[in-house]
Order: sequence, then structure tokens, then C-alpha cells
Amino acid sequence: MQKAKAIELDVAVVDGVELSGSWNRMFEPRAISEYDIAVLDETTAIPGAESLGYCYQCGKCTAVCPVDTVGDYSPRKIFRRTQLGVSLVDSPDLWLCTTCRNCLRVCPKEVNMIQIMPAVRERAVLDGKAPDELLTAFENTARYGNPIGESPRKRAEWAKTAGVMVPVMAQKKSPVDVLWFVECYPAYHPRGKQASVALARLLNALNVDFGILGNEEKCAGDSQRMAGERGLFEMLAEHNIKMLSKYTFNHIVVTDPHAYNAFLHEYPKLGGDWPVQHYTQYLAERLSALSFVRSIPRRITFHDPCYLGRHNGEYDAPRRLLTALPGVELVEMGHCRETSYCCGGGGGGMWLDSFTRDYTSERLSEKRVREAIEYGADILAVTCPYEVPRFEDAVKSTGNAGKLAVMDIAELLAYSVGLTDEYAAN
Amino acid sequence: MRIAVLLKSVPDLIEDIPIDEESGEILYDEMSYIPSEWDDQALEEALLIKEESGAEVTAITVDTGESDTMLFTALAKGADHGVKLVGDFDPSLPNRQRAHIFSQYLGPQSFDLVLSGVQAIDDIDGQIPGLVAGILGWPHASVVTEVRAHDNRVIFRQEYAGGLVAEIKVSTPAVIGVQAARKPPRYASIAKVRQIAKSSQLEEVEMSIQEVPSLEILRFYKPIASGHAEMIDGDVDEAVDRIIEILQEHNLMRG
Ligand code: SF4
Ligand code: SF4
Repeated sequence: MQKAKAIELDVAVVDGVELSGSWNRMFEPRAISEYDIAVLDETTAIPGAESLGYCYQCGKCTAVCPVDTVGDYSPRKIFRRTQLGVSLVDSPDLWLCTTCRNCLRVCPKEVNMIQIMPAVRERAVLDGKAPDELLTAFENTARYGNPIGESPRKRAEWAKTAGVMVPVMAQKKSPVDVLWFVECYPAYHPRGKQASVALARLLNALNVDFGILGNEEKCAGDSQRMAGERGLFEMLAEHNIKMLSKYTFNHIVVTDPHAYNAFLHEYPKLGGDWPVQHYTQYLAERLSALSFVRSIPRRITFHDPCYLGRHNGEYDAPRRLLTALPGVELVEMGHCRETSYCCGGGGGGMWLDSFTRDYTSERLSEKRVREAIEYGADILAVTCPYEVPRFEDAVKSTGNAGKLAVMDIAELLAYSVGLTDEYAAN
Repeated sequence: MRIAVLLKSVPDLIEDIPIDEESGEILYDEMSYIPSEWDDQALEEALLIKEESGAEVTAITVDTGESDTMLFTALAKGADHGVKLVGDFDPSLPNRQRAHIFSQYLGPQSFDLVLSGVQAIDDIDGQIPGLVAGILGWPHASVVTEVRAHDNRVIFRQEYAGGLVAEIKVSTPAVIGVQAARKPPRYASIAKVRQIAKSSQLEEVEMSIQEVPSLEILRFYKPIASGHAEMIDGDVDEAVDRIIEILQEHNLMRG
């Protein structure tokens, strides 16, 4: 492409005033046309990535992008680098966005990273340019139905430790009210399993008629979609929709905000349209049926998951549950609700920690844990399965072991209702 | 240059190996299967040769179950053809028979180079590349790390103990057992695999089974622990003391 030239006129007369000279270009179109924007054009030509071209460099996004607080990053910077000829497909920038959606909240031009990132990443994955650790998570998900690489035959194994009935649909053979979509980390991760046990006991205590898919369930796939593996997402969605369609139920309750996002916005496009609630929404509607027998005399703060809060507008249900806990003092951190920080796990970040380390001064989860401690919290309450492991690691790596417990809201509720004996790991 | 890559699937060790306690037989039907990782290396090396100096790559497998995804994945990565050798075969098929099936197919074809993984985790009666080369009477090398092919010259490397590397030339056709490709095997995006599965055809060739000298497996069983590891309990100081004690016991401390 030919490089556009600055327009400079030998003789320029504007409103009868002669303005000849090198500076007269300010009266003509400028700046953007002075770059060779071939790379920008190439990027914005990718379906989904068009809006990157809308950026007019106001910088609002830089002020809110969590990644910029630990690095040098934001949509404004991505646009600028692309404009200067750095291809986003080849740049590490492509893998740092957690799709937290904070920039979209403030961007006057609606530069939409939630569409740009998956679109450009998909191109990079096709070109063989994605980080290895991410590809391993993709391969695991394709092969085993979970990104961790655990046996698909053991997906329902956690339920054996629940101490209450957790019916598996294939064996139950009768309709249920609630189909609980458990997801991967709650099914396999040791801390995720503890939260699942807590939730199973709560559902039993509420006499909910529920069932799980067990080994028929696979990862909902939303984060893989955001990380650039749309084909994998579609394969998983088709599988889950097929399995769910075998059974009769009234609605789906999910443990994971990422699954919530998928069931709300993406699965319907593929023919899987069911009413869905995050478990905090489901439980908040049934709070009056829970009787609390234990007090938790602690200062608790809450981290809004990006995919429950900013992406889907649910800020109140988790807070209604937390404020119902006897003894609890709920403190809000500076970054809360719409302006909540990000744990770093979204958009594939969960599987990119080693890659990200080279481009950031610390993990987002570490930054968030410091904030919780700054606000004097004893417990950081969370409600996304990515967060317990991320924040617990961060508590240790920031040297705060023993000062802050990280608990899923289900765990706190189950303890307070008297269904489990422990509420804090420390 | 026409390159054949021989692929097989092997039990996925993420699942426990199911054994019939009484008969000591492996329950092949209850296992899940994944492509053998060494075959992945062989395929990658073939694709690198294709990119470097041009070649036509054909991925071939003996169908013992779900082989379509494996072949479509090979096509998505850049192989030109996928061939499924079908017959009354199941996953317990011994390598010797498998090698005969491969050889029956390869014999009349005009491949210049046959690559396959140096080994697989379930090789009981020998490795595929050596067996195939023997049956076909073609030159063979195994544990190879770098294969380059120009015109009809194939040059590859073998590493030896003691830090010695050999560069070896072979005339075609030849069979090579690949230890590792020059680069980690590439990723085939699911969208591409699915699109290939919709748009391309696998060639199916009917093959027969052949009587071969065979082994008789008496039983499979879980190894019985002989020695035992000592778990060191206690806090850091206690653990350190115990470790020092052990090192002293074994005369491994100096000064
Ligand atoms: S807020 Fe939007 S327009 Fe402003 S710099 Fe960021 S991306 Fe560009
Ligand atoms: S979505 Fe979040 S992480 Fe990504 S650029 Fe926007 S603010 Fe930064």
C-alpha cells in the first residue's frame, strides 16, 4: 500500500488570509492518513474485529483496563500499535485481554474487545500462533471435555463425597425441576469440589428437585470461545445441547458465570434455549426458606465476577446472600460492581498464566487480593469457579497466607445453614 | 516425493487400565483411545518436509475403532490424503498383524518414504516401522530425529549415547521410525477439523487379516510394590534432620 502523504500546500489561502508554510497542513485532513494503515485495515477486515478501527484515542479505556495496572495495555494502546504497523495477530497483546468488559463500559466509540479478541485470536489459532499452554487447554477440552485434562469418566465423582443425593439424569429417568450444570472446575478442582458439595447440600436442604448430567456433561466452552476456539465451543455446545435435550426439566442452574453467559447468549443461537440462572440468583429467590444456625462474625468483601456482573448485569443476588449471613459485615472494595476488578481468569487467562507473566508485573488476582486486604477483609467471597484457586494462590504468593480466606458464597451459606463444618480454609 | 505416515491409536492412560481380575485380560472395549504421540511426531516431520521441499503426504491407519477423527485431524494439519484400512480389526490387534496390513497396502503403492512413530505405549510384539520395513524389504532406521528429503535423497539424523550424532543417507523407498519432529506437533483447530470432516473423503481400503507368529499373553496385572518410599513427616527442621541422616547413612555427605 502506498503511504499517504501529509497534505501541505505551497500556497494556502483560507478566508482570504494567506497561510503558506509547512504548518498549513492543520487546515487539511491529517494525522490518521499519514500512516500506512495496511496492518490496521488487515486487522479490522477480520469479521468481528471491525470496531477496533473506530478508536479515536480518547484514552478512557486505559484508565479502567485491569491489565494496564500491571502492564502496558488497553484498547487505546492496541489500536495505536496496530496503526503503527504492529500486527495484533503476531503480538503478545492478543493474549493479555481477559475480556473483562470494563473498557466497553466506558468507550464512547464502542470499540468492542469482547468481539475483537475472539475474532483475531481465531485467526491466530488457525495460523498456529497461539501460546502452547492455551493449545494444551484446547486439546484437553476437545479430548476430555474439560480444560484440565481430567478423566471424563470421573466428572461426577465429586458427588460421591457430597453426603447427600446428587441425582444423575441418565439414572434418574424422570423429569426434574432444576438441571444443575456443574461445569469443569466445580467437578474436578479440589476447592471447586468443596463448593459443589456445599451447593448440593443447599439444594437438598431446600428440597429442590434437581439432577446433573454427570459424565454426559462437557465444558460449556465459553472461555475457549473467547480465547479463539470457536469451533471447539460449537462442538461442546452441540454436545451439551444434545445431552440436555434428552431430559425434561424446567430450568438450568449453573455454578459458573461463564456457563451462564454461554447459556444466556450463545447456546440459544445453536438451538439450546432454556431459562437459566446463576446459582446465586436461584438461591437469592429462596433465601427465606434457608434457616441460618451459625454466625460468621467476619468482615467479608465480594469480588464481582466479570461474566456475572459487567457482562450480564447481576450485582445484587450475591450481595443479598452475603448480607443474609448472620454476623457478617460486608465491605465493598473500591473496585466493585460495574467497576469491579478482574481475577485474570476470563477469556482464556485461566490457561495463560505462564505466558502472561512475561508481560505483566504481577497477576491480576494478586492485585485484587491486596485490595481486599487493604479494605480489612477477613474473607474474600467469590462466586465463579475460576476464582477460588486463583485468589488462594494469590493470597500465598503475596505473602498474605492466613490473613485472607477465599470462599465461594455456597460454602459460606452451607456453613451458616449448618450443612458443613468449616467455612474457612485457614 | 510421496510420503506415507502410519498412525495408530493407543489406550488413553488418563483412564485406569481395566483388567479382568480373573482372566488377567485387558478389557480393550472399556478403554478409550488417543492417537499415539510418536505418530504425531512422525506426521509433523512429514508436514515439515512437505513445507520445506514439497511432498504429498498420506496419513494411513488400520481402522480398529474411531479412526476418522485422527485422519481428519491429519488432513486439517496439512496432510493431502487420509486412508483407512478396514476389516474385522479391533484395538487388541497385535503389531505384527498391523504391520502386515500396512505392508499389504504400501507394497503396490509408489511411496518414496514411510514415516511412523518410533514406538507406541502398547507395542507388545515389536515396533511398527521395523516390522513394516522387514516385510517390504525396504531400508529402515529408527529413533530418528530429523528427516530431510530433497528430490529422491533422504537424509536423517540419529543420536547416540555419549553425545554423538550421525547423519545418514538412505535410498528410497525407506521406512523411518521417528523419535521426535523438529518442532512440536502443530495444533489443528476444531473448526478446521470439522470443516474437513464435512468436505473431504477418507479413502477406505478393505484389507484381510493374516496369520502371523504370535505371542501368548498369560496375564496382565498391576505390579506388586517391592521396596517402598519413605515419606518424611514433620516440620521443616525435622524433615531436614531426617534427610541429613539418610544422606549420612548412604555415605553421601561430604565435609
Ligand atoms: S475508550 Fe474507546 S475510543 Fe477511547 S481510546 Fe479506548 S478504545 Fe479508543
Ligand atoms: S476487556 Fe478488560 S482486559 Fe480486555 S482490554 Fe478491555 S478492560 Fe482490558
